[in-house]
Amino acid sequence: MTATVKDYVVAPPVSVAAAWPRHQMLAFAVMVALLVIAPFVAYPVFLMKALCFALFACAFNLLIGYVGLLSFGHAAFLGAAGYVSAHSAKVWGLPPELAILAGTATAAGLGLVIGALTIRSRGIYFANITLAFAQMVFFFSVQAKFTGGEDGIQAVPQGRLFGVLDLQQTYTLYFVVLAIFLIGFLIVYRAIHSPFGQVLKAVRENEPRAISLGYRAEHYKLMAFVLSATLSGLAGGTKALVFQLASLTDVHWTMSGEVVLMTLLGGLGTVFGPAVGAFIVIGLEHWLAQLGSWLTIVQGAIFVVCVLTFRRGVVGELSRLLRKPL
Amino acid sequence: MPAGEEISTVFGVPVQALFGQVLIGLINGAFYAMLSLGLSVIFGLLNIINFAHGALYMTGAFAAYFLLQWAGLGYWWSLLLAPIAVGLLGVVLEKTMLKRLYHLDHLYGLLLTFGIALIIQGGFRNEFGSSGLPYAIPSQLTGGYNLDFMFLPTYRAWVVVFSLVVCVGTWVVIERTRLGAYLRAATENPTLVRAFGINVPRMITLTYGFGVALAGLAGVLAAPIYQVNPLMGADLIIVVFAVVVIGGMGSIMGSIVTGFTLGIVEGFTKVFYPEASNTVIFVIMALVLLVRPAGLFGRTA
Repeated sequence: MTATVKDYVVAPPVSVAAAWPRHQMLAFAVMVALLVIAPFVAYPVFLMKALCFALFACAFNLLIGYVGLLSFGHAAFLGAAGYVSAHSAKVWGLPPELAILAGTATAAGLGLVIGALTIRSRGIYFANITLAFAQMVFFFSVQAKFTGGEDGIQAVPQGRLFGVLDLQQTYTLYFVVLAIFLIGFLIVYRAIHSPFGQVLKAVRENEPRAISLGYRAEHYKLMAFVLSATLSGLAGGTKALVFQLASLTDVHWTMSGEVVLMTLLGGLGTVFGPAVGAFIVIGLEHWLAQLGSWLTIVQGAIFVVCVLTFRRGVVGELSRLLRKPL
Repeated sequence: MPAGEEISTVFGVPVQALFGQVLIGLINGAFYAMLSLGLSVIFGLLNIINFAHGALYMTGAFAAYFLLQWAGLGYWWSLLLAPIAVGLLGVVLEKTMLKRLYHLDHLYGLLLTFGIALIIQGGFRNEFGSSGLPYAIPSQLTGGYNLDFMFLPTYRAWVVVFSLVVCVGTWVVIERTRLGAYLRAATENPTLVRAFGINVPRMITLTYGFGVALAGLAGVLAAPIYQVNPLMGADLIIVVFAVVVIGGMGSIMGSIVTGFTLGIVEGFTKVFYPEASNTVIFVIMALVLLVRPAGLFGRTA
C-alpha cells in the first residue's frame, strides 16, 4: 500500500464535543501572548508581513491538510485580492475595512470559479490545473490597466479603520493585522473542528464511502476550496494595505510555491504549523535578503530536505514528541 | 516585395506578418512538444510531474555554452553531449532522491522536483545573473530562404524539422519496439512486469534520464534563438504543464500533437488578438477540462 499525504498529517479525528482541547487552548494562548509582545521586541513591519503570510498559509493548509488537495495556484487569490484592495482604497477611496472586504470578496468569487472548474480533479492533476489557472490570473494582471503592470499599485492609502483607528500608526496597524490574523486562524480552526470539517476528513480518508453515506463530496470540497481562497484573499488584501503596495510578486507562481513551503515546513495538517512555517520562511527571507539568489537555493534545499526526511514538519514533529495534536 | 505591388492580406493582416508569427508559433510549438513529451514519458512511468524540467532545459542550454567556452566544442557536439550530461544529472537525481519517494503520495515528487528546480535556477542565477549569454547559430545553419511570401531563417527551419524527427522517433521507440513495449507494460503494471524478470527500477531510472535528456536537447536547440539565460525555463515550464494537461497527461502522441498545435494557435493569437497571446493556452486548457477532464488524448483517470 502506498502512503498518502494523509499518513503524514497528524490531525486525528477529533470529536466535535471536545473541539477545543486544553493543550491546544494553551498553545493558542502562548501564541497570542507572543504575538502581543513581539512588536515591542522585533521589527513590527517584519511581523506584519509574517502574520499576513501566516494567515495565507493557514488558509492553504485547510485545503492540503484537511482535504488532501495540493493547490499550486494559491498566489492567484492572494494577489488578486491585493490588487482589488489596493485599487479600491486608492482609486475609489474606500475605507480600509471595505477595501479589504472587496479584495476578500474578489478572492471568494475567483475561488468559486476556479474551484468549480478544478475540484473534480485530484492529486497531481489538481496541482497542475490550479497552477495553470493561477498563471492565467498572472498574465491578466500583467496586462490589465488597473494593476499597473510591472509597477504594481503603489502608495496605497491606509486610511482609518472604521473611521477611528489611524492605520498610519505602526502599532495600531500591527494590532489590526494581528486581529485579522487571529480571526482568520479561528475561522480555519472552527471549520476544521465543525461537522463540516469532519465530513471533509471523511472525504479525504475515503471519498467513495463518504459519498455512499450520502455526503456530496464535491460540494464539500468546493466549499473548503472557496473558504481557503477567501481567507487567502483576506491575507492578500491586508498585505496590500500594510505595505501600501500590490505587485506582480504576489500573483506569480513562485508565491504559490512559497506558501507550499511554509506549510510543509511547519507541518501539513497541523493547527499551528502553517503559522510557524510562515514565520520561519519570512524570517529566512529577511535574513538572507542581502544574499540575493542564495535565498532561492536555500528555499529549494529546505524543500528537498523536508520532502526527503522531514515530512511532518516542525509542528508535526513536535506534536509527535508530545503525543498531542497541535 | 516590389514597390507599388499591393500588399496581400488575410483578414486584414499582411501575409508576411501572419506567416512570421505562425513560424514563431511553430518554433515555440517545437519546444512545447519536446518538453511535454519528456514530461509525459516521465509521468507515464514515474507518476510524477517533473517540476525540474524547465530548470533542466536551461541546464541543457548552459551545457552547450560551457562546452563551447571551456572545451571549444561547438553546436554539433553540444547537440550530442549536452543531453547526455543532463540525462546523467537526471539519473543521479533519480537514484539519490526521487527513488525514496515512490512509496509516498505522488505530490511529494512534485514538491521535491520543485525544490530541485529552485536550487538549480538559484545556482545558475548566482553565477551568471539574469541577463542572457549569447550563443551563436552554427555556421552551417545561418542565412535563410526567401519563400516569396516570407523569409525563413535556416536555423528555425532546422529546429522545427529536428524536433519533429526527435518527437516522432521517440513515439516510434515507445509504441513500436520491444523496449517500448516493456515501458508501456511497466506503466500499466510494474509489479507484474518485474515478475517477468525485467529490471523495472533500472528502467524507471533510465526513463527519467531520457525524459530530462529531451529537455536538455531542447535547451541546446533553444540556445541560439533565445540566448542562454538562467530563467529561460522558469516560466516556459508552466505553459508546458498546461500543454500536458490539454494533451492528456502521460499521452505520448497527445503531447506531440498538442505541443505543435498550441504553438501555432499562440502564433495566430499574436496576430489577431495580441492581448490574449499569453493566456490563450490556459483558456484552451480550461475549455478542454470542461469537456474532457482527462485531456484530449488522455484516458479517463
